[in-house]
Amino acid sequence: MLLRHTSADVMERSALTINPAKTCQPIGAMYAALGVHNCLPHSHGSQGCCSYHRSTLTRHYKEPVMAATSSFTEGAAVFGGQANLLAAISNIFALYNPDVIAIHTTCLSETIGDDMVQVIAKAKSEGKVPEGKHVIHANTPSYVGSHVTGFANMTKALVKYFAETSGHRNRQVNILPGWVEPSDMRELRRLARVMGVHVNMYPDTSDVLDAPHTGEHEFFPRGGSTVAEIRHSGDAMSTLALGPFASEPAARALEEKCEVPAEVLDLPIGLLATDRFIDGLRHRAGVRVPAPITDDRGRLVDLISDMHQYFYRKRVALFGDPDQLAPLAEFLVTMDMRPVYIVTGTPGKRFETRIRDLVADAVPEVQVRQGAQADMFLLHQWIKREGVDLLIGNSYGKYIARDENIPFVRFGFPILDRVGHSYFPNVGYAGAMRLAEKILNAFMDRQDREAKEEAFELTM
Amino acid sequence: MELDINKVRDELLGAAPKKLARKRAEQIVVNKPSEDGSTPEIKANVRTTPGAITQRGCTYAGCKGVVIGPTRDILSITHGPIGCGFYSWLTRRNQTRPATDDDANYITYCLSTDMQDEQIVFGGEKKLRAAIEEAYALFKPKAIAIFSTCPVGLIGDDVHAVAKDMKEKLGINVFGFSCEGYKGVSQSAGHHIANNQLFRHVVGTNETPRPEKFKINLLGEYNIGGDAFVLEELFERCGVTLVSTFSGNSTYDAFANSHMADLNCVMCHRSINYVAEMMEKKFGIPWMKVNFIGAEGTAKSLRRIAEYFGDAELTARVEEVISEEMTEVLRTQFEVRARCEGKTAMLFVGGSRAHHYQMLFSEIGIKTVAAGYEFAHRDDYEGRRVLPTIKVDADSRNIEELEVEVDATRYRPRKGPGELVQLEAANIEFKDYVGMMSEMEEGALVVDDIYHYETERLIQELKPDIFCAGIKEKFAVQKAGIPCKQLHSYDYGGPYAGFQGAVNFYKEIDRMVNTRVLKYARAPWQESSASAEAEAVAV
Repeated sequence: MLLRHTSADVMERSALTINPAKTCQPIGAMYAALGVHNCLPHSHGSQGCCSYHRSTLTRHYKEPVMAATSSFTEGAAVFGGQANLLAAISNIFALYNPDVIAIHTTCLSETIGDDMVQVIAKAKSEGKVPEGKHVIHANTPSYVGSHVTGFANMTKALVKYFAETSGHRNRQVNILPGWVEPSDMRELRRLARVMGVHVNMYPDTSDVLDAPHTGEHEFFPRGGSTVAEIRHSGDAMSTLALGPFASEPAARALEEKCEVPAEVLDLPIGLLATDRFIDGLRHRAGVRVPAPITDDRGRLVDLISDMHQYFYRKRVALFGDPDQLAPLAEFLVTMDMRPVYIVTGTPGKRFETRIRDLVADAVPEVQVRQGAQADMFLLHQWIKREGVDLLIGNSYGKYIARDENIPFVRFGFPILDRVGHSYFPNVGYAGAMRLAEKILNAFMDRQDREAKEEAFELTM
Repeated sequence: MELDINKVRDELLGAAPKKLARKRAEQIVVNKPSEDGSTPEIKANVRTTPGAITQRGCTYAGCKGVVIGPTRDILSITHGPIGCGFYSWLTRRNQTRPATDDDANYITYCLSTDMQDEQIVFGGEKKLRAAIEEAYALFKPKAIAIFSTCPVGLIGDDVHAVAKDMKEKLGINVFGFSCEGYKGVSQSAGHHIANNQLFRHVVGTNETPRPEKFKINLLGEYNIGGDAFVLEELFERCGVTLVSTFSGNSTYDAFANSHMADLNCVMCHRSINYVAEMMEKKFGIPWMKVNFIGAEGTAKSLRRIAEYFGDAELTARVEEVISEEMTEVLRTQFEVRARCEGKTAMLFVGGSRAHHYQMLFSEIGIKTVAAGYEFAHRDDYEGRRVLPTIKVDADSRNIEELEVEVDATRYRPRKGPGELVQLEAANIEFKDYVGMMSEMEEGALVVDDIYHYETERLIQELKPDIFCAGIKEKFAVQKAGIPCKQLHSYDYGGPYAGFQGAVNFYKEIDRMVNTRVLKYARAPWQESSASAEAEAVAV
């Protein structure tokens, strides 16, 4: 047994996190910054932070993830990191020539109290920031929130630094996509295009973290939202913020700064959340939903109804990030499945409330937890007490799935041992069909593997 | 060739701003080994330039991730915000094999105090104590190790005092590591800190006698992809007893009992030479550098171990094993060589791997044109002969050097001075490592702590057939059309150590340098834009 020391006896813990269902802020800030065109993320802290974040993102995407670090040594930890950051800014512009350096802080520089606003101003006054180039920052202390908070903070920083009002409203709708995959961002753009809605979306990691192989490495791939696009988001007629944890802070900042009214929606994962997104886009842009989208929806409903027997009443355990888990749990209920255990390490009471709103009527026994001790160790203990038919979560779930012999669907971040997430979306009706297909395959592969010979089915 | 390589070096230096170029001039060197084994001087183990994009990680990674992480029954708790524990959770592929289903194995667990802003403001010792108690209640381990992350040093938590209290309270061994990420200039400082604490708190605490005849420890072998399993089996077949491996597939008890060995064999010199040195001083165990990467190196290392023990039967068994293994090795070498001969490689990785893996490449006719280490010191490049001339800078001075004395009761020189001289005369070097550069060709480029822009230019200039580095470099290199082999994680393959590992590696490199897919980067209609245009006009 790989997790041989995990028992069914749940002991309440107050200090120890075991097998976390979250990581720290800076990696989210790095991911968000990669969704800006010609932008180099910069980690203001020790080298290890940057190395760990780049490694994890690279393992997840199998793509280059470029980012720089302030390379703190003991001296910098004692005297502050200003000198390191000023040197880094000079070197980055000289060596890599980005349009934007997006600095995020770390637990180290936050504990020291390095003042990013002051250092950036100093860099500018010393002529270290070339004309037309930008240095922006987000405070991302690792001891607050989670990786999702870091994504939210960097997205908000994009608003704070770049969004402007020209005085003329345009016909665009802003989409803040939240922490989703490049494939999802591409799909959101496609849906908007099919609906005839002009959208301005950021950050956008498509064509950055799913760049084609051409025989040449582009240090800055062609994707990413441009500074000009982010600037113009202040002129949009409205904003759809997808995922309250990742996108609401930026949406509210844009509302405040440029008076662009915002609507916060769940990520469009599953049938009903996609309905709300499409409907939201329809209302915001004043368009009709074209038939191909309604047809896609119909195909999804058709698939679920065709295969309903395999979904019905299956008990599911989920772990991951709140913005994903809420619509995912709702989708499972839509298919008459029973999401019974749900944990996220990302703190926030409203997550529990949202899950109960979406799930509790259909699944009154649902157990949901968030925060430090809402970890995979606890989830595994719950599973040991009363088993489930399916586990959904990131690659770390494979250890539980193997020990308990539970079908496992990889979903969330990070996925280190399978490909597909960067190419095939989970959002929209097409994404929901992919999810439903994966769930079915997990059940059916198991049935095929374990069925008695006489009960081995050709047609399923 | 030499002229060209000097031009390439100038090109690399010319790409940097002046101040940076001056610094890099001392870290980018064209190799020229002399007859006596000396080499040009290279600057190493110095600060990375902020913003340059380095391969390097931090001290915590070197301590927890590299040295202590592979030990399955020490319960590791990361004291800090959640990230450090999360990223070092199962990501280094240290395989481990408990003897029975009931033996402890904590490798799959990530334990953290998940420090919050409240602890940053008011201190984290209370939470650390509570976390240790909770961990003990749940896991009942025989030892707990605490790893400090950056904020711990700044807020002044005394992890060692907490460890001492907890040791008394719980009656198990509890020890801490002050391996905050900002210490030193790379992972290397973390290796040293790990070595110190292992030596101070664990080595020599188990006096169970070992009756076997030929007892060794293997130091600096981390069982990536099962390397240590291959070597364990090899030693067993030769009749050599492996008391402890630092730290692949290792256990707490084996560390504690490791002073019963009669020889320390050092694989990764950079990460573990401190333990070898300290064990020699305290217990009288000699150490020698070995290299089990490459069939030739493996055979040579086995023979040296046999010579050390000077036992005819052992020597015979070793020769038998070597000849048994070499049949397949030579057959595969011959087959693979036909497709690989004349190709070129670059290796930028680690503290020893960039050296060791050159041997494997040369066994299939691949020449190393450029190499460098991520976190090594001058002695890993130029050999230990330069140790007395290495200037200790402020960053290194901050890393503790343990004062080790001869153990009054347990010091037992394994060989008399005469025997050592005799062995040395027979070409067994003790306490020595010749370094990478003396074994590299003249005119090869050596780059310490390579920066990303240098990697890109080097690839353009020298167009190697294969590049070896880590996960952060892999896909940038491959996007440029050059296969990149990860030598930290082995691309989830391996083992590559020993004879069987060599065979695996030859086949893997054959696969990579001869892959078809990289030839398909361009679509047919992209092949020649001029003729395509002409065609379009004609239509």
